[in-house]
Amino acid sequence: MNANIVIIGAGISGTAIAYYLAAKGMKDIVVVDKGYLTNGATGRCGAGIRQQWATKMNCIMAKKSVEFYEKANQTLKYPGDIEFKQEGYLIVAVTPEEDAQFSKNVELQNSLGIKSRKITKEEAKEIVPHINTDMFISATFCPTDGHINPFKANDAFYQAAKRLGVSFYFHEAVQSIQTVNHKVVSVTTDKHTFETNKVVNAAGGFAHEIGLMAGVPIPVYPEKHEILVTEPIEKIQGPMVMSFGKNLYCQQVPQGSFVMGRGTPGALHNHDIESSWEFLDEMAKTVVAFLPVVGELRVIRQWAGSYNMSPDRQPILGTVDECEGFYVACGFSGHGFMFAPITGLLLSEIILNQPTSIDMTELCMNRFKNQKTIEVEKSVV
Amino acid sequence: MNKKDIIICRCEDINLEQIHDLLDQGYTTIEDIKRLLRIGMGPCQGKTCGLLLQQEIARYLKCKTEEVALPKIRPLVTGVKLKAIVEGTKDER
Ligand SMILES: Cc1cc2nc3c(=O)[nH]c(=O)nc-3n(C[C@H](O)[C@H](O)[C@H](O)COP(=O)(O)OP(=O)(O)OC[C@H]3O[C@@H](n4cnc5c(N)ncnc54)[C@H](O)[C@@H]3O)c2cc1C
Repeated sequence: MNANIVIIGAGISGTAIAYYLAAKGMKDIVVVDKGYLTNGATGRCGAGIRQQWATKMNCIMAKKSVEFYEKANQTLKYPGDIEFKQEGYLIVAVTPEEDAQFSKNVELQNSLGIKSRKITKEEAKEIVPHINTDMFISATFCPTDGHINPFKANDAFYQAAKRLGVSFYFHEAVQSIQTVNHKVVSVTTDKHTFETNKVVNAAGGFAHEIGLMAGVPIPVYPEKHEILVTEPIEKIQGPMVMSFGKNLYCQQVPQGSFVMGRGTPGALHNHDIESSWEFLDEMAKTVVAFLPVVGELRVIRQWAGSYNMSPDRQPILGTVDECEGFYVACGFSGHGFMFAPITGLLLSEIILNQPTSIDMTELCMNRFKNQKTIEVEKSVV
Repeated sequence: MNKKDIIICRCEDINLEQIHDLLDQGYTTIEDIKRLLRIGMGPCQGKTCGLLLQQEIARYLKCKTEEVALPKIRPLVTGVKLKAIVEGTKDER
């Protein structure tokens, strides 16, 4: 079979790239996924959307993506609703260092047009009345941050791409990529071979393995992150509550449940995504300390997924020096859901040789070769 | 009986018509349907609706019930209060 391009992975990155390429008129686009729609990190994520970042690049990408998501139902002509709830992120500072860093973050965010602000504990309590103010020093708040239903968002990109003629192959795993003189010539799955000179690696936690298939060593690794959901109750919390220092995020989603997660210190770099009781223990302690009333809620399910980690915790997007026709969209380090619209746009621009909407120097893979010191995004859980 | 009146998932209030709509659109695995409708994601965790949905998909695809893959089973087996988990581990460590 012939294809103009094969996109590996039908998570939110893959479907967004397929959508943008098709919307710009590209034909014979193939997307292959080894599982069902949204089986990867996209369907496992906390689905938080925030613009409060500490690096300029992450701020810009988040802001542009929020602007897209605000109109996504119309733009993608989605018959459903991606359920974008914009009631903010309340990020608490738990140490004097965080308190100082957050002032700098807000300054940076404001300079880029992001309407975040530094607030006192008392102001934070007005926004989230059940928060325990003994747990933090100060906070930042951005009212346009929020939450989107990840299944619906991916379905919206998927349906729009399909409508524009993109072919999807599910339950089909890419097994090898053939190259001649460091140029892509075909992609082989367990069911088909696609003759193509363009491949996009949007394989999430498996991005490193896909890179190796084309002889491209991508500096990323998978890391397990766990999460849980409670029974639903009436609405009591608008914003996401987040602490980097105490390793917590917790949000009440529109359906009424609380979704919460934290990183596992010392997690191994592998594809393990099993749930653990250790997580349940630590999660319960952390959330009850910050939001005591949430302790009254029953946990009904826990699960896990992979972050695809990059050295500077910023995504790796675009072309690579090692192989012509091989494009990457990975290394999202736990925030690729909120970046999907800009990921789709930038990849479509690069693939179609159009000028890019933002400068790619800090996003392309060879930044790790050129840079002596890497600026690492610290605002992550 | 009207398909709208046949409730398949009581926790999330999902009826047979909603399921048939998705089947007609090509979403034919339990994992797909679960994610779009939240069927089986409520407090009972699919203990009631899981088998009903499996049978309905089998009927639609004209295959044997056991050929329709069940979704991944996730903890917890029953709801437990977060506070109880904190209390329960207080004296450890
Ligand atoms: C617990 C948790 C919480 C998170 N919280 C947030 C959050 O609040 N906000 C946020 O923005 N992000 C969050 N993230 C991160 C976010 O989920 C990811 O960055 C994002 O979903 C990545 O999307 P993707 O499409 O690149 O990858 P994925 O969704 O993982 O998709 C990759 C796809 O590639 C497929 N694939 C892999 N190998 C092959 C192969 N060989 N052949 C064919 N197909 C293949 C997989 O089946 C998969 O469907 C969280 C992640 C986790 C795990």
